[in-house]
Amino acid sequence: MSEAVLTQILYGGVGILLFLLGVWSFLIHAPLLRKLIALNVMGAGVFHLLVAVAYRGLQAPPDPVPHALVLTGIVVAVSATALALAFGRRLEREEPDDD
Amino acid sequence: MNLDPYLPLAILLSSALPGTLIFFLREESHRLRTTLNMAGALVKLALVAWMIWGVFHEHVYASRLQLLPGLDLVLRADALAVLFVALSTVLWLVTTIYAIGYLEDSPHRSRFFGFFSLCVSATVGIALSGNLLTFVVFYEILTLATYPLVAHRGTPDADDGARVYLVYTMVGGALLFVGAVWLQSLVGPVDFTQGGMLGSAPAGLHGQFVVIFFVLLAGLGVKAALVPLHGWLPQAMVAPAPVSALLHAVAVVKAGAFGIVRVVYDVYGVEFAHRLGLLTALSVLACVTILYGSLMALSQDGLKKRLAYSTVSQVSYIALGASVLGPIATIGGLVHLVHQGIMKITLFFCAGNYAETLGVHKVSEMNGVGRRMPWTTLAFTVGALGMIGIPPVAGFVTKWYLGVGAAAAGTGWVILVLVASSLLNAAYFLPILYRAWFLPPPARWPDEHVGGGRPMFMGETSPALLWPPLVTALLSLLAGLLAAAPFSPLEWATLIANREYGR
Amino acid sequence: MIDPLALAVALPLLGALAITMLPSAARTLGLLAALATTAAALWVTLLVWGGGAPRSELGGWGTPLGIALRADGLAAALLTMANVVGLAVSVHATGYFGATAASRHFWPLWLLLWTALNGLFLAADLFHLYVMLELMGLSAAALGALSGTREAAQASLRYLLVGLLGSMTYLLGVALVYTAYGSLDLALVAGAMTPGPVAWAAGALLIGALLLKSALFPMHFWLPPAHANAPAPVSAVLSALVVKAAVYLVLRFWLELCDGIATEAAGLLLGMLGAAAVLWGSWRALRAERLKLLAAYSTVAQIGYLFLFFPLLAATPAGPERDQLITALVLLALTHGFAKAGFFLAAGLVQKSTGHDRIRELGGAAQSLPAVTFALGLAGVALIGLPPSGTFFAKWVLLARAITLGQWWWVPVVMVGTLLAAGYVFRVLARAFTREPTPRCFVTDARTEVPALLLAILAALGMGLAAHPLTVLLGTGG
Repeated sequence: MSEAVLTQILYGGVGILLFLLGVWSFLIHAPLLRKLIALNVMGAGVFHLLVAVAYRGLQAPPDPVPHALVLTGIVVAVSATALALAFGRRLEREEPDDD
Repeated sequence: MNLDPYLPLAILLSSALPGTLIFFLREESHRLRTTLNMAGALVKLALVAWMIWGVFHEHVYASRLQLLPGLDLVLRADALAVLFVALSTVLWLVTTIYAIGYLEDSPHRSRFFGFFSLCVSATVGIALSGNLLTFVVFYEILTLATYPLVAHRGTPDADDGARVYLVYTMVGGALLFVGAVWLQSLVGPVDFTQGGMLGSAPAGLHGQFVVIFFVLLAGLGVKAALVPLHGWLPQAMVAPAPVSALLHAVAVVKAGAFGIVRVVYDVYGVEFAHRLGLLTALSVLACVTILYGSLMALSQDGLKKRLAYSTVSQVSYIALGASVLGPIATIGGLVHLVHQGIMKITLFFCAGNYAETLGVHKVSEMNGVGRRMPWTTLAFTVGALGMIGIPPVAGFVTKWYLGVGAAAAGTGWVILVLVASSLLNAAYFLPILYRAWFLPPPARWPDEHVGGGRPMFMGETSPALLWPPLVTALLSLLAGLLAAAPFSPLEWATLIANREYGR
Repeated sequence: MIDPLALAVALPLLGALAITMLPSAARTLGLLAALATTAAALWVTLLVWGGGAPRSELGGWGTPLGIALRADGLAAALLTMANVVGLAVSVHATGYFGATAASRHFWPLWLLLWTALNGLFLAADLFHLYVMLELMGLSAAALGALSGTREAAQASLRYLLVGLLGSMTYLLGVALVYTAYGSLDLALVAGAMTPGPVAWAAGALLIGALLLKSALFPMHFWLPPAHANAPAPVSAVLSALVVKAAVYLVLRFWLELCDGIATEAAGLLLGMLGAAAVLWGSWRALRAERLKLLAAYSTVAQIGYLFLFFPLLAATPAGPERDQLITALVLLALTHGFAKAGFFLAAGLVQKSTGHDRIRELGGAAQSLPAVTFALGLAGVALIGLPPSGTFFAKWVLLARAITLGQWWWVPVVMVGTLLAAGYVFRVLARAFTREPTPRCFVTDARTEVPALLLAILAALGMGLAAHPLTVLLGTGG
């Protein structure tokens, strides 16, 4: 197996693993921050997979399409996390005793 | 330009359009509302008269709208449709006048008359349906249009009565829907064809046809008040008298009975239904209902409740006529569609008059009412005699034909049921007549409205309340006396039967 | 040459940006943007109606690199419904929100949501869909919390989190598709997809994520609180459009991508979940104490009806019968869109008038607002599935097909659902008949009441009679 494919499998595999970890964490844990981190881990996993797909070996330039997907995905994840945190702040403000 | 296809639609719109407009009217604009109502009724009458003439001369008035492949809305005027449409139109006109008088100064009149008009539109739609899909569509629309009328008064009683009505009719509608879809998935679009269309289907489907018949019958039987599906009818008496008159003489009950006639004659075909043994089952159900309704009527003190049970019993004569093989019984059943309509509406109008003018709701309060309101009681008498089957009122013609038809078909036991039913009718109507005419009136009536701003006609009650029952009583008498004349209900029913049996 | 496809997506976006710059003119700009967007959308539909298949490549980049927009019959049908509902909601909102602070927040968010919807319906590739789905989710979540109450914030947060879970799953599916087939264009991928473990996995991920977003039982738990606590115009859009967009995508993926891959077993699974949704949603709606909660559970049930079509689609090979099924499904989706939007708008007006939406105490309000009550009634008729609403005819086709295929067990599900729906609709309508005095006139506030009434009329009357034009639009049938 060529080095490129091995790299892809490794990277992609880790990506999928991260995704599954994220899903598990999201479903199990209740606190908002935990869920948000889990979601971001899921996102990171998918980005890993996409970057792996883009890799074409050390000589050829990588495929730009998945990279564009990753960039967009990061932007979306950041915005979504920000909105969720804003909600969390709002809810926390009303009940300062809650952990 | 050939206007024929537009006639059924025009008849439908002649009440649907005014009805929709009436909803938007302010409560105080009675002139405009009355004008819209009466204009619609008269236009409809004119159009129907034209249609009667055309159908008599074998014109075809049909229009078809495709919704989806295989689902067409079809309006078609055949002889049976015309019978029902004519009845609905004439009685709507009369009831509108009555309702205007009855509901004077009542709240929510715009809402009432709006739904009233939609109710008639739905009934006319049922009558003019050319296939099972269209029938089901208008059947359900009728439920929707009548619910607000039953619930109109807004009292807790009205709420309960309306809820019961809704439960029964929704379940019935669901059953009708399932039956219709099932049938259509087996044989394709179910157009109403004279002589029925299922007879030529493969024999393997006959088992399913039997089941479907009972499903359809259950769905139609709710509105037609077949026992044990009749429970909503006495409860729906909480509605104002014009509504009871309309529901029980024209719209809802007749729609159910009409549906049964359509299914037996124009879907299954009477010969095919006989072969499958379905007619016997229908006869039994009809007879049970006839007897049960009459028995229950005996024990009711409330006048409207007694009339309600009488309706339960009488409407099944139509089903009975459909279930006995042979043209004579068919004629009897079909003509009763009209006769029961005009006689029952007379009785309900009179009941409404007693309630409105004197506060009399119970039979036990009716002593001597004939002295106080002679014309109303005269109309009531004509209607009651017709119900019992005494000549020359129209009811006699029906019972005669049913009896002769039963004898011709060899089902003699039906004659016994007819006799028993007539005796029971006498048992619960004659005492009322005796009380009304021959017993002295009480010192004070429960709740007399003397004048109250309304003009008194012949010292009795307001003209809008008095004329309608007199007119319909006269019609009941004429339908019986002039039964042999052209364009009488009897002649028309004979025409339908002849066309059905292929003569 | 002006490109109506791009306009349909760009106009609401520009509107949102403009309002952010000029918040004081929020209502006017919002209404203008609404009118312009609806015009563009109707233009697209007319093009499709005329037999065209408009497609535009943004920026001149072709596939597989570029982002393309395209409209076919299915897209046009939903686009029309979404924009008509959007216009009605916009007109209503000018009156409902007035000129308060909430109005200034509502308009930009609503226009962004509209952008996402139009973009979603006109999308031609998977990634564009991802972006639109995200935009939709974010703006919908923000809109949901507009009323300011704590419950609304909690419900919106839950909605956001669930939506993000779905989006991440969807993105994984997209990544898998790209890995396997090297393209994201819907048409190319559809052609390239062959049955196999990768296609299975990708399909499951994509459709699974969309099922979460369309609130199919048992993943429906986020919907009732979110829709019940949002302001009424927002609820209307959420129930009528946002959820519908997800179902639209499921349908599209099922028909195009998974054609030949999706098995009857998968269809049966969707059907069973749909049946559970119908029964559970209708039952909960019957027991609901609040009008908007009732409407939200009703949405859960109605979505269930849409999924009942899938086992039948899976069992019917391509041809006129399948086309008729698809037409019926779309008819049901469109009718529900109009009906639910009208219902929520009317419910919002009732709530505004009485200060609450508890069903038991609705009597006076229902009677003093005849146009609103009428809207509730007509919308209710369409929700139950009584004629002449489109729902009635769609159910007819559904049951006829089920009986013909021998899958008769769907019949009792649909009928029980219908009867339960009759129960919960008439429970509300019965309140309209009380001994309160007669209202003075039919319409009190035209700007808010007429849109609700028109939507309800469309659902109860228009859609039934519009079945044939829909057939033509979808390019099916003779």
